[in-house]
Amino acid sequence: MFLPHTDSDREAMLRTIGVERMEDLFQSLPTANLFPNLSLPDGLTEMEAQGELQHIASANETAQDLVSFLGAGVYNHYCPSVVDSILRRGEFYTAYTPYQPEISQGTLQAIFEYQSLIVNLTGMEASNASHYDGATAIAEAVNMAYHVHRTKRKKIILSPGLHPHHRETVHTYIQDSSIQIVGENLSIEAGPEEIINLIDQDTALVVMQYPDFFGRIYDFSALVEAAHAAKALVAVHVNPLALGMLTPPGDFGADIVTGEGQSLGIPMSYGGPYLGIFATRSKYVRKMAGRLVGETTDSKGQRGYVLTLSTREQHIRRERAISNICSNQGLLALAAGIYMSLLGKNGLRQVAELNYHKAHYAAQKIAAIPGFEIAFESPFFNEFAVRCPRPAAEIADHLLTHHDIIAGYDLGQDYDGMENHLLIAVTEMNSREEIDYLVETLSEEPHA
Amino acid sequence: MDTPKDLVFTSNDEWVRVEGDTATIGITDYAQDQLSDIVFVEYLVDEGEDIDKGDACVTVESVKASAEVYMPLSGEILAINEDLTEIPEKVNSDPYGAAWMVKVKISDTSELAELLDLAAYNALDRDH
Amino acid sequence: MPEPTIYDISSPGRQGMYYPDPDVPLASLPDSLIRKDFPFPEISEIDVVRHYTRLSQLNHGVDTGFYPLGSCTMKYNPKINEETARMPGFTQLHPLQPFETAQGALGLMYETQEWLKAISGFDAVTLQPAAGAHGEMTGVLIMKAYHRSRGDNKRIKMLLPDSAHGTNPASSAMTGLKSVQILSDERGNVDLAALRAECDDTLAGLMITNPNTLGLFDENLEEVVKIVHDAGGLVYGDGANLNAIMGISRPADSGIDVMHFNLHKTFSTPHGGGGPGSGPVGVTAELSQFLPSPIVDIIEDADDDGAPLYGLVTPENTIGRVKSFHGHFGILVRAFTYMIMLGEKGLRQASEHAVLNANYLQALLRDTYKIPHDRICMHEFVMEGHWEDAPGIHALDISKRLMDFGFHPPTNYFPLIVPEALMIEPTETENKETLDAFVDALIQIADEAHNNPEILQNAPHNTLFGRMDEVQAARNLVLCCWLPEDYEESAPQPLILD
Repeated sequence: MFLPHTDSDREAMLRTIGVERMEDLFQSLPTANLFPNLSLPDGLTEMEAQGELQHIASANETAQDLVSFLGAGVYNHYCPSVVDSILRRGEFYTAYTPYQPEISQGTLQAIFEYQSLIVNLTGMEASNASHYDGATAIAEAVNMAYHVHRTKRKKIILSPGLHPHHRETVHTYIQDSSIQIVGENLSIEAGPEEIINLIDQDTALVVMQYPDFFGRIYDFSALVEAAHAAKALVAVHVNPLALGMLTPPGDFGADIVTGEGQSLGIPMSYGGPYLGIFATRSKYVRKMAGRLVGETTDSKGQRGYVLTLSTREQHIRRERAISNICSNQGLLALAAGIYMSLLGKNGLRQVAELNYHKAHYAAQKIAAIPGFEIAFESPFFNEFAVRCPRPAAEIADHLLTHHDIIAGYDLGQDYDGMENHLLIAVTEMNSREEIDYLVETLSEEPHA
Repeated sequence: MDTPKDLVFTSNDEWVRVEGDTATIGITDYAQDQLSDIVFVEYLVDEGEDIDKGDACVTVESVKASAEVYMPLSGEILAINEDLTEIPEKVNSDPYGAAWMVKVKISDTSELAELLDLAAYNALDRDH
Repeated sequence: MPEPTIYDISSPGRQGMYYPDPDVPLASLPDSLIRKDFPFPEISEIDVVRHYTRLSQLNHGVDTGFYPLGSCTMKYNPKINEETARMPGFTQLHPLQPFETAQGALGLMYETQEWLKAISGFDAVTLQPAAGAHGEMTGVLIMKAYHRSRGDNKRIKMLLPDSAHGTNPASSAMTGLKSVQILSDERGNVDLAALRAECDDTLAGLMITNPNTLGLFDENLEEVVKIVHDAGGLVYGDGANLNAIMGISRPADSGIDVMHFNLHKTFSTPHGGGGPGSGPVGVTAELSQFLPSPIVDIIEDADDDGAPLYGLVTPENTIGRVKSFHGHFGILVRAFTYMIMLGEKGLRQASEHAVLNANYLQALLRDTYKIPHDRICMHEFVMEGHWEDAPGIHALDISKRLMDFGFHPPTNYFPLIVPEALMIEPTETENKETLDAFVDALIQIADEAHNNPEILQNAPHNTLFGRMDEVQAARNLVLCCWLPEDYEESAPQPLILD
């Protein structure tokens, strides 16, 4: 399959090489178990493979089959057709990392524009060409802050409002270092004031999420001021779509902004590939991991773009590099760039507001159901926690089985004592009818 | 480029000018030439810090390479040349003059004996 | 003519995407939390489409021409992969949905694990790592967890042959291990004496790329593995070059303990201009308890007429999660599509032909270019891009000149152990005519290098862009652009209800 040689091509080539048979090319390999039997099936034609994959895909029940209010870090947003139509251009998706700038200006300029859009969206000064996802972007922020302080400050404060997967990922990354994680034992009711109390002269970084895992929005201005007074850095992890309407972290002084870029035109695809957003201040650019595209001039005097500051990276600095990252999420950064260009300033504001208004409509209706209440008083964006009259798992199970609704995320999975809490996300994809349907089915819930 | 006569060297291509108990340190013309166009100089030490011989004190970067400058002598950092962080290309144009990197107060004069004179430096085997 | 940026073509009031009017009452906005200014482009749909289409035309990709970039495996990316990965049954699936509603996806992941196990010989596989380097870090953390679980806490040293991939030292260092380089011998194998000298009770392990970055299969692999095992260390295999040995030799059979796969190299998933990758990790049975969480397993066996029930499980002594959710699922769908289309026989043929094509090029070029380790190669080989009688010509000049012939250059200056390296990997999907044309170009370039060197030094000549000033880019950092200074900025338009 996908092999162009004819029998006579093959024979001629083997003759040129000076061997008789294909097998002769593998003489330097261990002879034990050479050409093993793998017990794998025979190949399929494209028609057959398409049918097989269609069959597998149909065994999933998706957001198209069900009414879904599930978010928790991944959101069912509309992906404009322009995005995928561009992503399907072979010139983009079959290219490698743009190491040869003369014949890679498309990728390079697209990334440069992505960096610019992220800088403007977050209010920061420099963005890299992306990390694997939101979780690894935060892990890299921890790593960066530790090195900004020349590994002398050991303490990293993680907000209890950080996505549980992101927290776990940070722990995995730092498990063998001398970094110490604090803040996670705080009550999830804790706001920025409680975090401020933890900041001291040994603090390298404070990581906050905005909106946080529970959908809440806080004003971090005082926290940033307190952190800077102690010479600690502040990283704010964002849902970039929310920044269509919310004050960007650059405006309240964040040193690093990370984000999960999935909401910028990237399908949910059962968990990936997504996009790790990473932006910072100019003064920290050289401590930032990941690829960077910079503007320059070519030999003909034309504006052009190249990968720059590559001496920070693993292929040059090897074991002295701050991070081992090599691949970025090139194609997903392109998707996000197209999405942001297409929506523009007003489109992003509109879609953010649609999420906001629909979520608030849902929250208001649910709060009116006897036995249900909104768990937190803080302002929220498109997601909110609801305290239910009985375990969220039971309610979610009942709604899925009987009404084809995914009611949200059962917070009891991650938080002791929150067994009755459901995290509900509402996006522009949820119609008023769907919200009313959710409210109706929750109202009919047996509350015993 | 003519090499000033009053310098001593390390095998790692640092030069040292000793004046009383003060040593001025930079990288040699050979080193800057190997690195080619220097685009970035970063200090890993602060004035007033006590640094041991062999510790990295400066990172020098070109487009394709990154090199660390190691302390040829132990001592307290008296001054760092902040100009280089603004105009790193000085390392290429004037490695023995304007591109001095750090000044230290020598704490152990016995370490001086391990440095090379110009003839010994020029005789180093470059095939590594 | 360079393409203007999206900021250059922005015009106040334009928009490329519209949303329905809200069908719910508007809630009040918390004014103190609302952004006031938003310096962002405003562009109509057609202009966005034309802009990105024109940008795409400035790229060389596998779809537009030969791309023999060594170590990167730029093989053809089948179009069907793009179709299957975009089936709504996959793209519309939320990763935190109840597992009962995601049985198709979990089944596909389980089967992908099974295929990778069969091809590599390992006993267990995680699909979570996002790329090769991410897989390396995962693998090294597993090795450390293994030593720690045995109370063996003094193992702090990782050995790295000089022919290993560039990410290996950084991946090892990220976990706090000390890197020690091991030199290659004159045949391009790991130098056994140098290896033995470093094998002591502080040894955590060895990271070996095999076939290595010279494109050579280490002739002493079994001995190398034995030396490391005898010293109590583990062997990490960088599987980036697995594409040379599918169905031919299984890394686990040679005693390798842990290895990552590059789905974006071996299994034809596209490189996307730098990513996304996907770097699953395979391990021996003994190490499976340390795999990152979660992995896919059968949690209820099939009854007579149905499929088994798949679920996500946490390995007993897991190193933890290495990213959010379950890996780059969309990439797994592509790789799975490729594997089932090739089948057992096709996988072996793919590797055989990758090796055939590389050796064919090597045979035709060895009289013109110096090949420092000249023996039967695997899927790639490394030659020197310079001649003593053509001073002033560097590998970079040859690379740039190749662009004039419509070819993407080979990998330059890597591996570091070959001076002026040109690392060539044709892949199995190229036909003989393309390979012959590439050889003709390289032979002509060698002639030009000796007789008309300026034509190389000033190359490329036929591309839209000439050589870029990388020194300027690094000295005067410009990492983003802005709206023009005279741009009429207005506050973003809030929603209003008619």
